[in-house]
Amino acid sequence: MLIKSSLASMGQYCIFIRKIFTIPDRWSVFFKRTVLEISKLGIDSIPLVIIISLFIGAVCAIQMQLNTTSPLMPAYTVGLATRDIVLLEFSNSILCLILAGKVGSNIASEIGTMRVTEQIDALEIMGVNSANFLVLPKITAFVLFMPILVIFCIATSLFGGICVAIFTDLISLSKFIYGLQAMFNEWYVWYGLIKCFFFAFIIASISSYFGYHIKGGALEVGKASTNAVVTSSILILLFDVILTKLLLQ
Amino acid sequence: MIEVKNISKSFDEKTILHNVSATFYTGKTNLIIGQSGSGKTVLMKSIIGLVRPEEGEILYDGRDSMKMNSKQIKEIRKEIGMLFQGSALFDSETVLGNVMFPLIMFTHQSQEEMLERAHFCLDRVNLTGAENKYPSEISGGMQKRVAIARAIALNPKYLFCDEPNSGLDPKTSILIDELLSDITHEYNMTTIINTHDMNSVLGIGENIVFINKGHKEWVGDSKQIYTTDNEAINDFVFATHLFQEVKRFHNLELTGSKQ
Repeated sequence: MLIKSSLASMGQYCIFIRKIFTIPDRWSVFFKRTVLEISKLGIDSIPLVIIISLFIGAVCAIQMQLNTTSPLMPAYTVGLATRDIVLLEFSNSILCLILAGKVGSNIASEIGTMRVTEQIDALEIMGVNSANFLVLPKITAFVLFMPILVIFCIATSLFGGICVAIFTDLISLSKFIYGLQAMFNEWYVWYGLIKCFFFAFIIASISSYFGYHIKGGALEVGKASTNAVVTSSILILLFDVILTKLLLQ
Repeated sequence: MIEVKNISKSFDEKTILHNVSATFYTGKTNLIIGQSGSGKTVLMKSIIGLVRPEEGEILYDGRDSMKMNSKQIKEIRKEIGMLFQGSALFDSETVLGNVMFPLIMFTHQSQEEMLERAHFCLDRVNLTGAENKYPSEISGGMQKRVAIARAIALNPKYLFCDEPNSGLDPKTSILIDELLSDITHEYNMTTIINTHDMNSVLGIGENIVFINKGHKEWVGDSKQIYTTDNEAINDFVFATHLFQEVKRFHNLELTGSKQ
């Protein structure tokens, strides 16, 4: 029964994606909506990204210092490990898990409310492809803006680590900065950016799917929002494994 | 004119519409009435295309929408205006934005022309001055009027209204009814109103289709409804003491005028 319903949902998701990726009725409206979505989904997420990244970067640096107190390890290891953790996992996978909560629930509840209040039916009656009109700007905006959030996250996290070096006596600033620069592998940045495109698509499309296919009333909006966050998070973790295997091996 | 021929629709083996046929005339306020669960909303949704009947024909001035491909359906929907039960205004748009929406999406008019048309439609529903308000800032009656303005913005040939008076006080309901009736005659539209408001039935019903348990039970106008001996429609329309009295006085008046 579970397999049957999962397959049915997957099929419905594929049909939904096909409906989204059609040529917009009006390009000018599409661009206008995309800019609005960039502001709503992307720019409005910057404060959250900065706060989380700053503290996680600082915690990473402290944890590294406390757990690598071996005389066999050079002091700059703290900076190097902090940088690699941030580049490889935190700035993309963990950040996207956090954004799945904020952006995912936002998208699912917005589209879900439109469904419940018949606004989507109104679009369909007018002859507007509602999935394309509502969802394509969201996916485009979030996928386009995600790399910027990742870069913000990397910069702020490393700054968090630097703050630990400046304001505590756990590690010297020069050694931490040396660690940040040591054995730098540029591919790690690209790896993080490539992953974030996939994760942004997952968050925006899955959340839209759950919001768009609501049946019932206001109670369903809450359920759809929760399902959107849970499913996006699981898929992010699944694709994290797949992409890591493909990109780092 | 919209003709519905022998349409049937079932959900999970439960038949909602049984072989229903009806004609909705141009320039008249056509009403679909019936008890809750009788199938009137399914009938309206079938005509619009939100629900696909298993069989039958739905003819928009002779064009069968059941045989149309998605492109043709998209085209015909540009000729349709719809007033939803809950107004279905776009929350993120102002009153003016809502009325301009179909113009932006489907016309190639200049900004000035679109503004002129939107202001004309808002003026037609007596809503001048509320252009910059958001739907959440206006009353239910005003929301309905904005929805009517949006529905007529593209000069539709067909206007559908799903319970336009639900949630409104009697005075506002009468205003909305009069507005719908006036617009129908003024623009010679085929208007179909789904309602169980008896004031609307007796006030503006020029062609009333009564649906009972998924069957078309009765067809007539608001005058014939007083004299029909159909038990089901009498039970439905004159269910309250108030309307029984209205009927009694109406029939007395009729008898008096004949004598």
